Amino acid sequence: MFDNFPLWPAAASSHAFWEDTLYIFLAVVCVVMTLLIFTVVAVFATKYRRRHGREATQIEGSLLLEIGWTVIPLGIMMVMFVGGAVLYFHMRTPPRDAAEVYVVAKQWMWKLQHTEGQSEINELHVPVGRDVRLIMTSQDVIHSFYVPAFRVKMDVVPGRYTTMWFRPIKAGTYHLFCAQYCGTMHSGMIGQVVVMEPNDYQAWMSGGPVAGSLAQNGQALFQQLGCSTCHRFDVQGRGPNLVGLFGKPVQLEDGRTVIADEDYVRESIVNSQAKVVSGFKPIMPIFQGQVSDEQLNALVAYVKSLSQAPAGQAGTPALAPAGTQPQSTK
Amino acid sequence: MATLAVSEERKNYINAEYGIRSWLFTTDHKRIALLYLLSITAFFFIGGFAALLIRLELLTPAGDLLSADAYNKAFTMHGQVMVFFFLIPSIPAVLGNFLIPIMIGAKDLAFPRINLISWYIYIIAGILYIHCLVTGGVDTGWTFYPTFSTQFSNTKVIEAGLAIFISGFSSILTGLNFVVTVHRMRAPGMTWSRLPLFVWSHYATSIIMLLGTPVIAITLVLVVLERALNLGIFDPTRGGDPVLFQHLFWFYSHPAVYIMILPSMAVISEIVPCFSRKRVFGYNFVAISSIAIAAIGFVVWAHHMFVAGISLYSAIVFSFLSFLVAVPSAVKVFNWTATMYKGSVSFSTPMLYAFGFIGLFTIGGLTGLFLATLGVDVHVHDTYFVIAHFHYVMVGGAVMGYLGGMHFWWPKISGKMYPEGWGRLAALIVFIGFNLTFFPQFILGYLGMPRRYWQYPPEYQVLNVLSTAGATILAVGYLLPMVYLLWSLRYGKPAEDNPWKATGLEWTTSSPPPTFNFDETPVVTQEAYDYENMPLPEEVTLER
Repeated sequence: MFDNFPLWPAAASSHAFWEDTLYIFLAVVCVVMTLLIFTVVAVFATKYRRRHGREATQIEGSLLLEIGWTVIPLGIMMVMFVGGAVLYFHMRTPPRDAAEVYVVAKQWMWKLQHTEGQSEINELHVPVGRDVRLIMTSQDVIHSFYVPAFRVKMDVVPGRYTTMWFRPIKAGTYHLFCAQYCGTMHSGMIGQVVVMEPNDYQAWMSGGPVAGSLAQNGQALFQQLGCSTCHRFDVQGRGPNLVGLFGKPVQLEDGRTVIADEDYVRESIVNSQAKVVSGFKPIMPIFQGQVSDEQLNALVAYVKSLSQAPAGQAGTPALAPAGTQPQSTK
Repeated sequence: MATLAVSEERKNYINAEYGIRSWLFTTDHKRIALLYLLSITAFFFIGGFAALLIRLELLTPAGDLLSADAYNKAFTMHGQVMVFFFLIPSIPAVLGNFLIPIMIGAKDLAFPRINLISWYIYIIAGILYIHCLVTGGVDTGWTFYPTFSTQFSNTKVIEAGLAIFISGFSSILTGLNFVVTVHRMRAPGMTWSRLPLFVWSHYATSIIMLLGTPVIAITLVLVVLERALNLGIFDPTRGGDPVLFQHLFWFYSHPAVYIMILPSMAVISEIVPCFSRKRVFGYNFVAISSIAIAAIGFVVWAHHMFVAGISLYSAIVFSFLSFLVAVPSAVKVFNWTATMYKGSVSFSTPMLYAFGFIGLFTIGGLTGLFLATLGVDVHVHDTYFVIAHFHYVMVGGAVMGYLGGMHFWWPKISGKMYPEGWGRLAALIVFIGFNLTFFPQFILGYLGMPRRYWQYPPEYQVLNVLSTAGATILAVGYLLPMVYLLWSLRYGKPAEDNPWKATGLEWTTSSPPPTFNFDETPVVTQEAYDYENMPLPEEVTLER
């Protein structure tokens, strides 16, 4: 309608409908409540306007009213709370088979690595109808990955992974904003998310040179950095066998148990002493500063791939169900 | 000055002594309140100037008026000045300082010298902050988030952090003074259930100041140390955690919102009964709700962090608690509204500000529910929706209350009446200007415009232009009272002791009050807001 004066953002992800529904519910409640208060104030102010010869009637209060206007708003708010919590729970629980894209934020750009090997800067291409999970970290300050049309946002924090997911439902080009203030060109740290029809996406995916999948790059690094000398695929290694590790609980030396998620794998590389696996000695070198965030992502993708393929074929990317995934292996 | 008139004038706190020394070394809470009034007004204009720069830059999508760095410094300066040097001291240090001792029938605060020290600390902090501004400024945003503030910003973070650290002690000492005063200095018969709600609300505010402010002080010290000595508390490459800062920061800074709004609620709780000629509806509930806000307000901080990477379940708990804190605020609004029922409502200037407060605070409070609702917050967090929401609360609410209170007690403070017609006009202009400035920002936020953007996509321009236009009107609304209140000092009608025929001990003493407030210590025999036995004031007429 008005290109220069939109009043509602585009709704291009599966979250958007529920977000908008909840928002409209809240907006209706708020408008009704605001009108109610405005009207009552206006009516009282005019009806009981100071006039000659009429005195105010002193009223102490009313317990019944107090209870009423405590309990009823609380009840309505609990509906909002539950609605919001359910949606949030959904937004923070990615589907198991989501395609994964690694995001590295830095002042003032977005670097995106598809597991198939493609990388992009300030642009993310995704197909319609496919669940996409972003695994994000920052090289410097806190950023925030925000796509208004998808109604999703998540801070991107240095030193750890945060994740988010969405399912695009409408082809188009949408704003990608950095929503967390990050310095001089914060407002220049913008890009776009291009949602494509699956066929166009296939075409885009197969265009351009790709030097192996992310996991394959990770495997090469794994050899190159000497990880493979200790993390062997049998029981004799000086480090834990990484096959089948990902997503499983890990018993630590100090008695705690943690789930081996992306963040744990990442931490164990950059700061190996933080969470030592039970039965192993803290002999692994610390890789903080030795590997870049992109290399870390590749290593994490490789470690993940070890759990999602038969042990013998470690290294082959089988990160998503066949059929939906464009072939990038040779 | 007409010497004849002075010799006939009653002695009061203003003409008791003359000379700059009599002000700078005073321990009279009323004089200290005026020192604060002058200094926070100065900071209001500094912060307002920054707001002007921001709104002018945002007139066009391209970053053209200021450089990116200058813009970032402008919004940082706006936030820090307005929060730490204007809003937090505003009502407590000016009106609270002036009125609390008088309202409870005391000669002064419990610690008059500490009260003066508080002001000096504030001034030292203020001078340090201004020094920081003129020698380069700071660009971290008022929130100082690491790792930007600790490792990446090239601006004067340490100096700004220290200035705010120092100003915190002013706030702590004022809070301490109020708490002790309310406990120990009440006149005979002034029981807790007879305390004016103004005092209750300030009591709650003081508790937050005492318990919360040390935390921001510690947090800023950590930032300063990390920056100066490379400690690695927040730096993840050395085992630190940048999100830890956010927990510490918001542990104070969310309750700080209640430091700003509770005193405003205090003012409204006095104005509404007076101009409705009625006792306040549900006194106990209004009083307890202040304490409830202060208490629950301490356990909702992580609702600023729903997308910061905190755990799913802690987010759900904090969302629930955030809804709870909305209840006592709603209770207050309902009680003020009900106070007018079967009253005798007058549309004097302070009451117009009270209407404005109720309206804007209602919108501000209700839009807070969007941010407490987890799924919705994900989208609107860090957008202009948040900006609009907290300006509705902190400007629509807090500043409306401040202006309403300034008008209500102006006759008591200055001994002069302000021109009523101008007062009503200004209240109306502020209300219209405010809504035009900030309502479009709700829409901008839902459309997705992030906050702290120096340049923005062109589709957001129309709403930004509206907002800037509104800000211009708002500026006029704020300048008007400055002009006519100053004008009234010289030309205003002398004020009676109780021009509004209001209850409350402050109205039983002269206008302006004598140095020790009362000739004899008053004995309280009535509960607050006994408007039944109070005659109607002469209707304040508009001056033509």
